[in-house]
Amino acid sequence: MAEILVLVDHADGAVRKPALELLTLARRIGEPTAVVLGAGEAAASIAATAGEYGAATVYVADGAEFAERLVVPKVDALTQIAKDKGVAAVLVPSSGEGKEVAARVALRLGSGLITDAVELEAGEEGPVATQSVFAASYQVKSRVSQGVPVITVKPNSAAPEAAPAAGTVENVTVAFTGNAAKVVSRTPRVSTGRPELTESAIVVSGGRGVGAAEGFEVVEKLADSLGAAVGASRAAVDAGWYPHSNQVGQTGKQVSPQLYIAAGISGAIQHRAGMQTSKTIVAVNKDAEAPIFDLVDYGVVGDLFEVLPQLTDEIGAR
Amino acid sequence: MTLRIAVCVKYVPDATGDRGFADDLTVDRDEVDGLLSELDEYAVEQALQIAEEADEAEVTVVTVGPDDAKDALRKALSMGADKAVHVNDEDIHGTDVIGTSAILAKALEKTGFDLVVCGMASTDGTMGVLPALLAERLSLPQVTLLSEISVEDGLVKGRRDGDAATELLEAPLPAVVSVTDQSGEARYPSFKGIMAAKKKPVEELDLDDLGIDADEVGLAGSWTLVESAAARPARTAGTIVTDEGDGGKQLATFLSSQKFI
Ligand SMILES: Cc1cc2nc3c(=O)[nH]c(=O)nc-3n(C[C@H](O)[C@H](O)[C@H](O)COP(=O)(O)OP(=O)(O)OC[C@H]3O[C@@H](n4cnc5c(N)ncnc54)[C@H](O)[C@@H]3O)c2cc1C
Ligand SMILES: Cc1cc2nc3c(=O)[nH]c(=O)nc-3n(C[C@H](O)[C@H](O)[C@H](O)COP(=O)(O)OP(=O)(O)OC[C@H]3O[C@@H](n4cnc5c(N)ncnc54)[C@H](O)[C@@H]3O)c2cc1C
Repeated sequence: MAEILVLVDHADGAVRKPALELLTLARRIGEPTAVVLGAGEAAASIAATAGEYGAATVYVADGAEFAERLVVPKVDALTQIAKDKGVAAVLVPSSGEGKEVAARVALRLGSGLITDAVELEAGEEGPVATQSVFAASYQVKSRVSQGVPVITVKPNSAAPEAAPAAGTVENVTVAFTGNAAKVVSRTPRVSTGRPELTESAIVVSGGRGVGAAEGFEVVEKLADSLGAAVGASRAAVDAGWYPHSNQVGQTGKQVSPQLYIAAGISGAIQHRAGMQTSKTIVAVNKDAEAPIFDLVDYGVVGDLFEVLPQLTDEIGAR
Repeated sequence: MTLRIAVCVKYVPDATGDRGFADDLTVDRDEVDGLLSELDEYAVEQALQIAEEADEAEVTVVTVGPDDAKDALRKALSMGADKAVHVNDEDIHGTDVIGTSAILAKALEKTGFDLVVCGMASTDGTMGVLPALLAERLSLPQVTLLSEISVEDGLVKGRRDGDAATELLEAPLPAVVSVTDQSGEARYPSFKGIMAAKKKPVEELDLDDLGIDADEVGLAGSWTLVESAAARPARTAGTIVTDEGDGGKQLATFLSSQKFI
């Protein structure tokens, strides 16, 4: 069967959930193989996980370059493996870096590129990707018509399914090219202990209506009672009430959880671009006319400082 | 020595309008007004700031787009850019991102530059990959998705806030950079700026000028194919209640009915 190459994203020595989703999607269009880059000693356990989720072969490459140089070493590795193994498609997670890596790999392979797929299925002329575009107001189906399809896929596009495969590790020596920016320093994001925004099944977000940094306490308490991630609108981030890494929207994280709760958020188009594909949407807003109410499955017109704590208490009591 | 900064700016349909697709499944540009992609205003702003810091600098804005894309160039010129390059050719209609990057790379080579500044993503295609593709085509370092940027002694330095970490980056010029909307608010054009923009030179280029064959670009030359585009079905109207003291409890009942709690 045709080999589908999946770039396995990892952090702190563990596979990130979007990579498991990609391995699951890859099985729909061929036989998944995985690429693990710059994981050092964690490579073996990452490769084992990739095997559990269906990777027949796991190509492992290490080297200081992956950490010391931006994007290009990963492009070198992925292109080399794709060419050597004659793969049928390349799948990469849709992060900022993932998209850049995929784009340059596509160009080097002489291939078309599709970014931000939310669905992938086998078609007669190769994989067909679904994109959710224009702030999720349109669904577009497209495919790559030239070369080996290179496709980036958004987090939460499939539920990871275990499917034990050989997971045979093959070490690869990469010939690195040049012209890559130097990474002078890297400061890992400090974990809050809450789930990752893009990977969480439930997200509770606060906006300008939260009123102050301290106001986020009611949002966090609700999130913790649900085991949810915390998001924020750009207005709240710009005001300095919450970190930019938690921003949801066009220029922040794009989330697509089972449940999205927007508190004190009006629902501007740029915010909607990041959450409109959520399965169930709930809003709490003082203003009955707020555009967010056009999207909701359930809305409460009211003060978030009354509604959220009451909801948190109810959840605690159940 | 003059620091030559080229800024890539895109003309896009207004996101607050009713965006959609034409019969050939390309973006419908007739139904909605276009404008300079808001995220490219940040690129123009950073280019202007870098120019202001340099002894001598020149800022050229470059776009690939139809006739109306001139509006985007005018906006950038009125913010303070010195001149503009407009690549416009009927055969460009429907070009995908690989093709767009080929056209832009050729236009940049023709214009000449020491630094290319891009936005983090366009507000229509939102791929966020064009700067990386330009770096690949021009064989230059990419220093992208920067929330902070500076140019000094032939080096470009910046901060990239990624998913897992914050990175400080550095590369020698020439380089391709892209900046995020965290890089600093873009200035508003002054009245004087708007008047001055009318007199600034806009160079027109077509595919011939760039030595690109028409069949390498456009819908036919694209390496991707859109099979269908459908408006997402409107959400069915949800339940909306007004809090009269038990809004949180009612919400809990809803969440419980949906098995979230
Ligand atoms: C290029 C560009 C990119 C952008 N990217 C993003 C992005 O990624 N993410 C994003 O979010 N925005 C983004 N924006 C900004 C966006 O346009 C809006 O300005 C922003 O989303 C507004 O945030 P908000 O809803 O929190 O604030 P507002 O629009 O001010 O809304 C606050 C809401 O809170 C309600 N409220 C106030 N007090 C209470 C209370 N006590 N209880 C309940 N409700 C209350 C109000 O009724 C109001 O509806 C972008 C803008 C541009 C131009
Ligand atoms: C909804 C939608 C989905 C699309 N999906 C795909 C796809 O999956 N694959 C594909 O190959 N094409 C796709 N396209 C086409 C693609 O958007 C265009 O080819 C476009 O010119 C480049 O991509 P972008 O706008 O997403 O650029 P981005 O990579 O998001 O743009 C980043 C920066 O590059 C610069 N830039 C981008 N375009 C221009 C320009 N024309 N002139 C000057 N500077 C520019 C700007 O500085 C911009 O901020 C899509 C278009 C739309 C509208």
